[in-house]
Amino acid sequence: MDKNLNIVGKPFRKVDARAKCVGQTKFADDIVLPRMLYCKMLRSHLPHALIKSIDVSKALAQRGVFAVVTGKDFPIPYGILPVSQDEHALCTDKVRFIGDPVAAVAAIDEDVAFDAMNLIEVEYEPLNTISTIEEAVLIEEPRIHDYGDVGNIHKKVSLEFGNVEEGFAEADLVREDTFFYEGNTHLPMEQHAAVAHFDSDGKITLWSSTQTPHYVHRALAKVLGLPASHIRVIATPNGGGFGGKSDPFNHEVVVCKLSMLTGRPVKVTLTREEVFYCHRGRHPVLMKVKTGVKNDGAITAMHFQSYLDGGAYGSYGVASTFYTGALQTVTYDVPRYKFQGIRTFTNKPPCGPKRGHGTPQPRYALEVQLDKIAEQLRLDPVEIRRKHLVAPNTVTANYLRIGSMGLGACIDKVAEGSRWSERFSWDPLQRKLPYGKGIGIACSSYICGAGLPIYWNNMPQSGVQLRLDRQGGVCVMCGSTDIGQGSDSILAYIVAEVLGIDPFDIRVITADTDLTPVDLGSYSSRVTLMTGNAAIQAAERARELLVMAVAEKLGVPIENLSLAERRVFDVENPEVGVSFAEAIVLAESKFGTIGTVGSYTPPRSPGKFKGSGVGPSPAYSYSAAVAEVDVNPDTGIVVVERVWIAHDIGRSINPMLVMGQVEGSVYMGLGEILMEEMVYRQNRNVVHKFPSMLEYKSPTTMEMCDVKTYLIEDPDPNGPYGAKEVGQGPLLPVPPAVANAVYNAVGVRIDEVPITPEKVMRALKDKSRGRDGRYGPDSVPPVAWPEPLKVLTPAEGGDGSEMPRVAVHS
Amino acid sequence: MPLHSKKHIRFTLNGEQTEVAFAPHKTLLEVLREDLNLTGTKHGCELGECGTCAVLVDGRSILSCLMLGLDAEDREVKTIEGMANGAELHPLQQTFADLGAAQCGYCSPGFLLVAEELLEKSPNPSRAEIQEALSGNLCRCTGYIKIYEAVELAAARMRGEEMELPKESIFGLE
Repeated sequence: MDKNLNIVGKPFRKVDARAKCVGQTKFADDIVLPRMLYCKMLRSHLPHALIKSIDVSKALAQRGVFAVVTGKDFPIPYGILPVSQDEHALCTDKVRFIGDPVAAVAAIDEDVAFDAMNLIEVEYEPLNTISTIEEAVLIEEPRIHDYGDVGNIHKKVSLEFGNVEEGFAEADLVREDTFFYEGNTHLPMEQHAAVAHFDSDGKITLWSSTQTPHYVHRALAKVLGLPASHIRVIATPNGGGFGGKSDPFNHEVVVCKLSMLTGRPVKVTLTREEVFYCHRGRHPVLMKVKTGVKNDGAITAMHFQSYLDGGAYGSYGVASTFYTGALQTVTYDVPRYKFQGIRTFTNKPPCGPKRGHGTPQPRYALEVQLDKIAEQLRLDPVEIRRKHLVAPNTVTANYLRIGSMGLGACIDKVAEGSRWSERFSWDPLQRKLPYGKGIGIACSSYICGAGLPIYWNNMPQSGVQLRLDRQGGVCVMCGSTDIGQGSDSILAYIVAEVLGIDPFDIRVITADTDLTPVDLGSYSSRVTLMTGNAAIQAAERARELLVMAVAEKLGVPIENLSLAERRVFDVENPEVGVSFAEAIVLAESKFGTIGTVGSYTPPRSPGKFKGSGVGPSPAYSYSAAVAEVDVNPDTGIVVVERVWIAHDIGRSINPMLVMGQVEGSVYMGLGEILMEEMVYRQNRNVVHKFPSMLEYKSPTTMEMCDVKTYLIEDPDPNGPYGAKEVGQGPLLPVPPAVANAVYNAVGVRIDEVPITPEKVMRALKDKSRGRDGRYGPDSVPPVAWPEPLKVLTPAEGGDGSEMPRVAVHS
Repeated sequence: MPLHSKKHIRFTLNGEQTEVAFAPHKTLLEVLREDLNLTGTKHGCELGECGTCAVLVDGRSILSCLMLGLDAEDREVKTIEGMANGAELHPLQQTFADLGAAQCGYCSPGFLLVAEELLEKSPNPSRAEIQEALSGNLCRCTGYIKIYEAVELAAARMRGEEMELPKESIFGLE
């Protein structure tokens, strides 16, 4: 693999960059078709209510209105996970949050649709609401859904790897801490939009700003009653996703149905307010962490509990729940580990996957607690981390297989860059920085693609098809979706590398279920690794055909031929060769039309226990960050001045794009720790406080910090050219690094995200009165946890299976 | 159906005399996108909160979602489609594309036009000036850093200076 690389590792511009800078890129709302109608959706103004009746007659009677649909038109439920098929495109019998859609209109323009929508009369019978995790745990009736664990608990998980009590008994120090991470949302600049066109042959095409056209395709096939082969989903370039466009959405189903009813194309574009209601963002998570350590900081056991506020629907929530417990073990060695998690239903917009999916919350808890442990043991926060890293090429207590592991190098870089040892001290009497200034460190890890697909199957997770034509053209087709991260470009770079051509020679066609082989979608940081491997396979197969034909023509042994600079030539005699286009002509003459395919399926995970499906990945990326903050003790305002971040990328396919992902991740982590929050008010806290971009605070240029980035290249055998992910991982260490820096600056612990000035002031005031100097939750709700499923760790000789359950007598 | 009788205006759009008729309540954003098919101008909130819909009117950046189309009469409007000089990209368009300042690209038209206005007034802006000028535009992808670098490089080129981006901007620190 480590031959001379011509394309990989070079900072090419993205293949779609210029189109985006001249206004040529067509996003979903830019699509206009002849005779197109416009859709508006009537949404519930009540958080929880039965629908008694809906009268659409006045709306239908309006001039310019072509169709009105309600829940009756959508009897079949759907949902992203097979275990949570709990959504209807329009509510059938009840509404579950403010913003839940109940009816939709297709009309000649948006104004007519809007006016007609307001003429729809819905009679509701209000129900009591469930607004918090605690309420959901304690109040069983009314149930928001009639499935799930019990009452308003959607899912309970209880797993134990090794005997944690033994581990706590061996420890020199056992700490228990509670944390809360408030929910926040993706806030993509582009509002979701979709256009459906049902044609005269009875086939439907949907253009949509979705990260997962394959899953939308499957949901439409289920709900619309059309054969899947008659449905085509085209993901338009996403104007930002961050996980927020990963579910099949009600508006996508609705415009398809309206197009089927009217025989005309139908478009829907959500308002910014509606985007807040679509949500599927970061789950609010309450966490309790008990960790045992030896005096040198070595962890002996960890017991992690998480309590998720899921909002009104399932979405990815079961996976999110497992993710709050899965990756604690992949940074520092945790020999015994117990995880318990619940996800609750509440009458608020549904939560789902946001950048880091279920892992920034536990990472915050773990890294802040580790800081507290380090202080108690008088260990340097850098050293306590550096000394107890998981070893590469090992299997964790919960059966995650670690491959390459560059976290040590990451820590060294940020410690050196930030001059950590010159600036950090635990001793408040020997501060090295003035009061109000502080630094803090945190580390993290993330998956490079989920090991298992969302629905069970034995097929590849990613497919790539290549077509080579006699004019010298190369077309690469893949189901992956470019959401701005550059996945179209990665395909071009990799194919160009293998075939020895320029990336801009290649035409890339992606995210079209009629034209492109399936790729599962842009989520779980899977795309570079999985499509990259599939692209390498397809391109190497094409290369083989070319060299066979050229070898015959030139009378040169196949192994002597090299492809570079748009030529196929003899490495020992470089002037002997043919152009790339001639090579294709030779190959087409010999073999017929040249096309190849490649596919990728992740390796099997060693875990066999129930619940082992979430966490395994072909590889894990690693990040370490040091944050430098300025805290004003008079106002509580925290300014993050600089973040040093090092990311173990395996290998950069394009370092410039990697840098962009790191910087963007730091930015988003900064927003989460300082200001972003989905908060609710009124009606027992279920009314969104501010569904607008002005009031939902996110960092502008004035809040963004300076970022010093280091890329650590430690190629992973499972990655294409050794590459690992970068889109999500670098967000993870930022919030806890800032929290630890705030403590270093002013001596208060803010165990709740975001760290707002009010919380800092409260903690400072408490501290000045001789109290704890801490802001955060003190307790967790009483949950009747089931007996954990027990698994022997690899160190205990386990084979990844659960142990037989022992009958418990009470 | 409430039919709004259309109003007719003339204005200069991307250097060309343009006539268009539209319902009088429409914003300039809607007129550009829906009546003139210039979909390069984007919308993120339609409430003046995000900067995505920025265009230049008489050389000044305005939020096209807050301006009525009627108010464009007799004025000069420049959108992203009018930024390049024929087939030759504006230096800012080149550097935004080349340096990864456009990730999803949805906010890019707004940033580009506001940056153009800045460089018109201040050919050699400091980093702080760039931050201030762009503070009304939200970007969720880049963390703004690649955008600053693209503005700085374009500014240098427009001044006719050779400028190399520091290696660390593209490859990270050693």
